[in-house]
Amino acid sequence: MKPKFGVVIFPGSNCDYDAYFALKKILDYDVVFLWHKDTDLQNCDVIVLPGGFAYGDYLRTGAIARFSPVMKPIIEFANKGGYVIGICNGFQVLLEAGLLPGVMLKNKSLQFVCKDVYLSVENRNTVFSKDIKEEKILKIPVAHGDGNYFTDENTLKELIDDEQIVFKYSSSEGEIDDKSNPNGSIMNIAGIVNKKGNVFGMMPHPERCCDPVLGKTDGSLILNSIANNIYN
Amino acid sequence: MYKAKVLIKRRPSILDPQGKAVEKGALHLGLNNIKDTRIGKYIEFTVDTQDRADAEEEVTGYCKKLLANPIMEDFEFTLEPVIPLASKSGKAE
Repeated sequence: MKPKFGVVIFPGSNCDYDAYFALKKILDYDVVFLWHKDTDLQNCDVIVLPGGFAYGDYLRTGAIARFSPVMKPIIEFANKGGYVIGICNGFQVLLEAGLLPGVMLKNKSLQFVCKDVYLSVENRNTVFSKDIKEEKILKIPVAHGDGNYFTDENTLKELIDDEQIVFKYSSSEGEIDDKSNPNGSIMNIAGIVNKKGNVFGMMPHPERCCDPVLGKTDGSLILNSIANNIYN
Repeated sequence: MYKAKVLIKRRPSILDPQGKAVEKGALHLGLNNIKDTRIGKYIEFTVDTQDRADAEEEVTGYCKKLLANPIMEDFEFTLEPVIPLASKSGKAE
């Protein structure tokens, strides 16, 4: 069964068409756009909050987008177990909405980081990572100024204990060290999932590396994993 | 009507790379005694109510739910009564 994806467009989203293109044209799933003022999720199976600079990142990244009309049904959908993935700015929106714990601080270097990074898969028991083979280190680009994930010690302990950390920045060999950390993120965290396993946020952009023409396709492993596993 | 002045500060436990970078600028200026630079936000607006308690409640809600993120920021604010411009200049025609 083919899942239907809904890609949200906030004012200031700029990876919405990339996500649509990767899911529809490259991976051949059903995809619709959801406008930020929409309140009907059109029976989508997976909601994608794309990257960009929603509402100009005014106040804090994701702070205003989280109050968009479309977020109300998305929060209800997520609370009922619906699948939501937030990529980059979308991850920041999920944090502000309280669907995932923690905050994003400015990158430690204070620089906007735009490059390929390597990701070690820390938990393969999520629909978002199930199809990624053991030992596989993902190569996916990041592009952000505020990707320095932070949370207090108690929450961090919960993230570890409940295996909510899905991806960590690593070397191409899978070593998790400061050198491989592009933004200062605590424990090299690049992607986390909520306790129920249906809401997922990651800073790197899987939608930017699905098309073989671009020479990198590791992003499709994540997007296909979602599609293959949400009904199982 | 009240004028609200809100100060949002990064919690002491949260690193402030921006403050650190700015402080490096102070060193370049030869200002060697500047320490612990922390960058926050200042926001001001008016609250259209005569009741101080109402104004306080509304501003607190604004700060908690939107202006500040309690995971990384603390906030404080002051409220000063202001006379709206319309009543100063009389009724508009």
